[in-house]
Amino acid sequence: MTNASFPLYPHRHLLGIKGLSPLDIETLLDRADAAVAISRQREKKTAALRGRTHINLFYEASTRTQSSFELAGKRLGADVMNMSVASSSTKKGETLLDTAITLNAMRPDILVIRHAAAGAAALLAQKVSCSVVNAGDGAHEHPTQALLDALTIRRAKGRIGGLTVAICGDVLHSRVARSNIVLLNAMGARVRVVAPSTLLPSGIEQMGVEAFTRMDEGLKGADIVMMLRLQRERMAGSLIPSVREYFRHFGLDSEKLKVAKDDVLVMHPGPMNRGVEIASEIADGPRSLIHEQVEMGVAVRMAVMEALLDPRRNAEGGEA
Amino acid sequence: MSATVFQNARIVDPARGIDERGSVIVSEGVILAAGAGAHNQGLPENATIVDCQGHAVLPGLVDSRVFIGEPGAEHRETIASASRAAAAGGVTSVIMMPDTTPVIDDVALVEFVKRTAHETAIVNVFPAASVTKGFAGTELSEFGLLHEAGAVMLTEGRSTIANALVMRRALTYARDHDITIAHETQDPNLASSGVMNEGLFASWLGLPGIPREAESIPLTRDLMLAGLTGGRYHAAKISTALSAEAITRAKNAGADVSAGVSINHLTLNENDIGDYRTFFRLSPPLRTEDDRLAMVEALKTGAIDVVVSSHDPQDVDTKRLPFAEAEAGAIGLETLLAAALRLHHNGDLPLMRLVECLSTAPARLFGLPGGSLKSGAPADLVLVDLDAPWIVREAEIRSLSKNTCFEGARMQGRVLQTMVAGRTVYTA
Repeated sequence: MTNASFPLYPHRHLLGIKGLSPLDIETLLDRADAAVAISRQREKKTAALRGRTHINLFYEASTRTQSSFELAGKRLGADVMNMSVASSSTKKGETLLDTAITLNAMRPDILVIRHAAAGAAALLAQKVSCSVVNAGDGAHEHPTQALLDALTIRRAKGRIGGLTVAICGDVLHSRVARSNIVLLNAMGARVRVVAPSTLLPSGIEQMGVEAFTRMDEGLKGADIVMMLRLQRERMAGSLIPSVREYFRHFGLDSEKLKVAKDDVLVMHPGPMNRGVEIASEIADGPRSLIHEQVEMGVAVRMAVMEALLDPRRNAEGGEA
Repeated sequence: MSATVFQNARIVDPARGIDERGSVIVSEGVILAAGAGAHNQGLPENATIVDCQGHAVLPGLVDSRVFIGEPGAEHRETIASASRAAAAGGVTSVIMMPDTTPVIDDVALVEFVKRTAHETAIVNVFPAASVTKGFAGTELSEFGLLHEAGAVMLTEGRSTIANALVMRRALTYARDHDITIAHETQDPNLASSGVMNEGLFASWLGLPGIPREAESIPLTRDLMLAGLTGGRYHAAKISTALSAEAITRAKNAGADVSAGVSINHLTLNENDIGDYRTFFRLSPPLRTEDDRLAMVEALKTGAIDVVVSSHDPQDVDTKRLPFAEAEAGAIGLETLLAAALRLHHNGDLPLMRLVECLSTAPARLFGLPGGSLKSGAPADLVLVDLDAPWIVREAEIRSLSKNTCFEGARMQGRVLQTMVAGRTVYTA
């Protein structure tokens, strides 16, 4: 793929889906389509980002997102460094800004950050002179997840606009849900959320979605069912009474899926809690797109990094 | 001490209901006369004559909620630096919150504040003492001894007393010592990990919200207990219509209660947080525009009695953090009057009522000198050009901490001169 075949991505960072135009999103997905082809070649390495430095700064443990970014950087030919930052050893905020200033002095071209605090990526972006990619900030946004979900849907269904997508589970604490709600709305999908009311954020009905508290209503006629991970610390206590009750009402099994469209497809950002939010028969069954999502993750991250470091931006005299 | 005559002034004195052209005559640290007829009794010899050119002379502002870092966090603010900020803002008296390290819960600490203020401050600084020892919320501090030592108010500062029995006893015991309990209420369980107003905006930002009820539920409890005990209670910083309604009900029922609101909640709303701007992280949180309008209305109706800066210096270490990890609070002494004048200029509130809430009412409620231009009152006053435009610039802030909500804001109304007990402590 060559930059010249795509419109210039107009932003310096990717901090969230909010603020992106439908064209920005389409362009990133088109770039990602091209990147899928690269990953499927025998020779997977390109020279697009040769000589560029890509640093992963993960304050929260993550296996798949971090390795997905790492692989993306490597396939583009960048030098990739993983900073190991123990989240418990130091006061996070101080470390974040101190680390930002230190890292900036090493002159990276791209910083990928995951942090438990909403707004952490935006704060970092104010302090560094390179591009910043938000790999998840608290309950705020996880834009590359939403993009990879969109790519997966577009490749499986041929379109996003007009589809009915039901996002099910812990919407309250989910950055994946927020980014997906924004993206899917921008692309013209009909978005539903399905969760117990204690796991829905305040003002949800004004967020461009239809909210349901019963799976049989929320999944009716759905083209896509997106399950969210239920964090262990929320499983028992005041938000939901027990895993048993949660699985009974909100765990996705073939019975609950019956009300959806016949060609419904099921997604999950992983890692899954089998038997909590999703039954194995579904996760491993023919309707599941879960493995495709992982593959698309690498492609989307390649697309994002290549778009952010598009050499045409420097040619125009912009500051990275 | 020399005498000063402010001539050709617009004199606004809510204590006497006066808004008229005239003179203010100051001698030996007190006001001899103020008003249209002040010249009738003749001028003191060798008086300095100030031609006010029609600008306003107001009683100096009385700010009843000011957090200062001394003792314990002098890098954020000292009593001296806070007093310089106050003088520049036209504030002639402040009540200093007991949220220091250590907590002001002891006679020796009250004396320390008074002594330090006497030696270093250029405005009047009155100490408040904690309701419970060490803010632990269990044992009452020594109300009687603290009051005698000079504490003018009892307050748990930023904390809320969770235990209703402790609050009942505090109100009962405070009644015997004729001292007010001022309380900021926020139910810690309901507020939980919340960092901003609960609602759509918080949901999009992915930040945990604080519902309005977290303020109003413990407030309603306190108001009932004030009724039960006959104690004097001041709701220190309310932010919601629910709270204002509860205050009105309690007042109508005859309870000895009053309420305050911070200038931030009268002039800003949650949208100012924008992209996680931590200077706008406040407690109570900034709420919606509807809530802001409700606060303005509550000032108008008298549900709310006083306006405070809630001056709360925070430094880089506590503010340059992700929003949820930053401390709450903003400085406000230097911008209190100018920000409040926005309400006057846009017609929300008459100037007289505004000055009453900023000066006369807090002085009366907390038994402080000042708050009026009556003859015999201490010459604590401020000369203001009500219309002069200016822009708030960080470089010009006198506070040691720069966490203002008004950085770059356009203001209309500037302090020209501030006088405390007849001594000029600030001139523009």
